Amino acid sequence: MTERTISVDYLARVEGEGALTVRIRGQEVDDVQLRIFEPPRFFEAFLRGRSYLEAPDITARICGICPVAYQMSSCHALERALGMEVGGPIRELRRLLYCGEWIESHALHIYLLHAPDFLGYPDAVHLAKDHPEAVRHGLELKKAGNHLMQVVGGREIHPVNVRIGGFYRCPTVDELGALRPELERALALAEETVRFAAALDFPDIEEDYEFVALRNEREYPMNEGEVASNRGLRVPMHQFEDVFEEVHVAHSTALHSVRRGAGSYLVGPLARYALNHDRLPPRARSAANEAGLGGTVRNPYRSIVVRAVEVVFACEEALRLLDHYRPPAAPFVEPPPTFRATEGSAITEAPRGMLYHRYRLNDGGLIEAAKIVAPTSQNQKRIEDDLRHLVERSLALDDASLTDACERAIRNHDPCISCSTHFLSLDITRS
Amino acid sequence: MPAPRRPRLAVWKFASCDGCQLSVLDCEDELLALADRVEIANFREASSAVLDGPYDLSLVEGSITTAEDARRIKEVRAESRVLVTIGACATAGGIQSLRNFANVDEFRRIVYARPEYIEILATSTPIADHVPVDFELRGCPISKAQLLEVIAAFLQDRTPNTPNESVCIECKRRGNVCVVVAKGTPCLGPVTQAGCGAICPAFHRGCYGCFGPQGSPNIPSILEHLAARGMSGPEVRRVFRTFNSLAPAFRTAGDRAGAEER
Repeated sequence: MTERTISVDYLARVEGEGALTVRIRGQEVDDVQLRIFEPPRFFEAFLRGRSYLEAPDITARICGICPVAYQMSSCHALERALGMEVGGPIRELRRLLYCGEWIESHALHIYLLHAPDFLGYPDAVHLAKDHPEAVRHGLELKKAGNHLMQVVGGREIHPVNVRIGGFYRCPTVDELGALRPELERALALAEETVRFAAALDFPDIEEDYEFVALRNEREYPMNEGEVASNRGLRVPMHQFEDVFEEVHVAHSTALHSVRRGAGSYLVGPLARYALNHDRLPPRARSAANEAGLGGTVRNPYRSIVVRAVEVVFACEEALRLLDHYRPPAAPFVEPPPTFRATEGSAITEAPRGMLYHRYRLNDGGLIEAAKIVAPTSQNQKRIEDDLRHLVERSLALDDASLTDACERAIRNHDPCISCSTHFLSLDITRS
Repeated sequence: MPAPRRPRLAVWKFASCDGCQLSVLDCEDELLALADRVEIANFREASSAVLDGPYDLSLVEGSITTAEDARRIKEVRAESRVLVTIGACATAGGIQSLRNFANVDEFRRIVYARPEYIEILATSTPIADHVPVDFELRGCPISKAQLLEVIAAFLQDRTPNTPNESVCIECKRRGNVCVVVAKGTPCLGPVTQAGCGAICPAFHRGCYGCFGPQGSPNIPSILEHLAARGMSGPEVRRVFRTFNSLAPAFRTAGDRAGAEER
């Protein structure tokens, strides 16, 4: 019986260090491993003994691509622990900052990391030689997202303005108003991006995903909602650990997130869209309709179109928030001066999907325990399932073509490996 | 006449958040021009086309935390004519160097269900502890403008102009109201290197030192200042032991603040 091994030692155009091994025996796929060799950095350990006020700045450093997600999940988890209510303009400003990160992160993935796969280029610089306008649009869109983060957050990578209770300083109406022309242009570019993405060639593949995302009654979710799935799950976000667990899989040393009693699931744009498309504002909704997306997208390659629709949403939502902005009386809600030992958790929607944080504090405000479950760690098992199906139907391909196809299948999900390392191992057992 | 060969640029990652190499892609207005001037020969986060070394300029992000990475950085050095480290992880060990002050076996047990699978070194160390480094660019994250200056200086064969003056100088130049004078907010501006644009004081917040120590920091004085503004010994120790805890002046400050508490 013939044996084939497909391996990629270092995945390109993903954030962080990962590798892939597929073992094929005859016509059977023996094993699929999306491996992480990004060294662990032990955030959950060194957060112990730090003040709760430090958590937003420290956890931002888990990921340079989505630092706001870490700041938002840590703030919401800790504010819940302390019984703090943060609403009104501060809530709206957080949403505005998150819009900046969604625009920046999605534009990066769409144009610089993902589109080259569809058009046959190794990267955006080569893509720009033949499609200069597309790449320029992508960079301009990304810049608009980054600029929004600078104005609200102070800088685009590891913003300095976020704190427990709100912000150090809230922008003035004029400062935000000055962003309007750039965001209007970004909205038009985002609509153009949907058309660009929808015109790409997609393999005719559908996967039977369990989509998991936040959902709330008012709006497309960022910082609030229940955890919902397309298979009927609906639980408060604070029950996340009752419903999902990280399990040790025999063939791998990595832990995988699964829904208890079910199996792998998918978080991120495809899941958010499937569960919340009815919450999209008008221009995002018509962009999705024009692109022929329907209510649910099960083709992972089409995630590039869904990301583009989410960029339209984020630009449209940012403009709405600008127009309604009135600075709050104080830039942040004061945390209680004293409190008993307490615990709290929260989920927010990072660009790549749900990001769960839980903290336990002592009565001096020091962190006693922290747990962080990043989107890519939740998607890892589901990405391996995609790969297994891909390999099963592509056994006729030669090794080089199959390897390329596997790398593309991974990039469909925009994995952020830097974020996942808190639980994944380095030491790989090989047969 | 054939065009002269463009210098070859490589971007390498060790233990890090990817934010500093993302800064290259965040140069939205300059990226395509940069790609005309240098050949982006090895940059995995951005491209699946990888050219073999040697490389004229290597940008190195991240700290050394595994035996394999300690070996790999030597290979990178051997292939690189000029090696520039970018960011707090590469220049001062990064946030992950907090393990250097703790028991790493305990860290492993806290985070991992199967700690025996985790193979790492007991410490996180800067690149310069392992190989000679031609230039260190500070910051958590680095400044895009300073990164472009470093690359431009390399192309022009000159020393980069990245002043090691304090954040206070930059803060005055920006016209900020001093948060210490006006509000009594504790601030690391006097001992921290400029380059960020003094953004924290501009957002009514004290500097938290993410660019590491300036050229001639007065540590005894800053310790007095922070204590006088109500920070406890452990709070002072923690603020120096965050993103640049292995930078010598910050290490001294953290150790002293810790010692005074005992």
